[in-house]
Amino acid sequence: MWTLFSTFLHIGLFTIGGGYAMIPLIEAKIVDEHRWMSREELLDLIAVAQSCPGIFAVNIGIFVGYKLNGKRGALVTTLGTVLPSFVIILSIALLFQQFRDNAIVERAFRGIRPAVVALIAAPVFRMAQMAKINRFNVWIPIVATLAIWLLGVSPILVILVAGIGGYAYGQFKEEDK
Amino acid sequence: MTAYFILLFWTFFKIGLFGFGGGYAMISMIQGEVVTHHHWMTMGQFTDIVAVSQMTPGPIGINSATYVGYTALTNAGYAPIWGVLGSLISTFAVVLPSFILMIVISRFLMAYRHHRSVEQVFSWLRPAVVGLLAAAALCLMTPENFSTPRDNPWQFWVSVLIFLFAFVSTKVYRLSPIRAIIICAIVGIVLM
Repeated sequence: MWTLFSTFLHIGLFTIGGGYAMIPLIEAKIVDEHRWMSREELLDLIAVAQSCPGIFAVNIGIFVGYKLNGKRGALVTTLGTVLPSFVIILSIALLFQQFRDNAIVERAFRGIRPAVVALIAAPVFRMAQMAKINRFNVWIPIVATLAIWLLGVSPILVILVAGIGGYAYGQFKEEDK
Repeated sequence: MTAYFILLFWTFFKIGLFGFGGGYAMISMIQGEVVTHHHWMTMGQFTDIVAVSQMTPGPIGINSATYVGYTALTNAGYAPIWGVLGSLISTFAVVLPSFILMIVISRFLMAYRHHRSVEQVFSWLRPAVVGLLAAAALCLMTPENFSTPRDNPWQFWVSVLIFLFAFVSTKVYRLSPIRAIIICAIVGIVLM
């Protein structure tokens, strides 16, 4: 149980930014070091965790914990993954409160803000490749973008409609055949 | 205050439940709910939270949920201790759907991953996630983050250059996002 906790504490602590960068770390820890499951099993898990909603690292943790130790195992791995974020972010939030009005911090963040926007914009095209965007479905991301950006539609609603729409369209096409 | 906590819980529960497509897509949802819908903070404050979430260890979704929970409460005028409770609630709420879903449907999903209905759902959902990401970037291009050519032309054009630098250096030259942010912070201190 303790190894399970400390392993995911480690994973939570060394994930920086997006979750996909940490797949090699998870693989090394779970397959090579602890031999909790085979590489094939883990790759299957990763594929399922990627298509599930929620935070990728947490999903993987819940999967592995549940498989090894049931609900208690899942609880332990979730706590392990979340704890480092929680402690670090809260310390920063409490500190930042005091430094927010500092002129140098303010100037630093004036430089950081445009960079953050760029960092969010940069993976759009790579994601488009991964989502297999072609000339038949390119309207979906465009409509989604415009609905959220210009009309202020909630992204949650967009996801719901897209899921239902994809299913309905698929069923419709099947009936056509 | 209880109403705040319930709303915070419900908001992040929804984000956890529909948060397909990884951390950045989730940012789009948090922004939609927290800034556009509930007005718990300004777009500039939200951008700062995303910046800190990117630079610090831990998954970006958890980091931003924790930070947003804290900021929403302190922005409303409550003491930091209530902010801590707020972040506890938002973090718990954002992982709870994962917990339930993973345990209940993981076996089902494992078996039916390649089933036609599941693939049909994802055939539109995956492209939509790309739209979420693009929208998140566009929604963040505000006067608060870039200034405007009229208000402060110097800050505006430096911001545009910083944007281009960060975009090209991380995308083409594979500079790590953390290094890009640090460089841009220094540029900000020196030039703005």
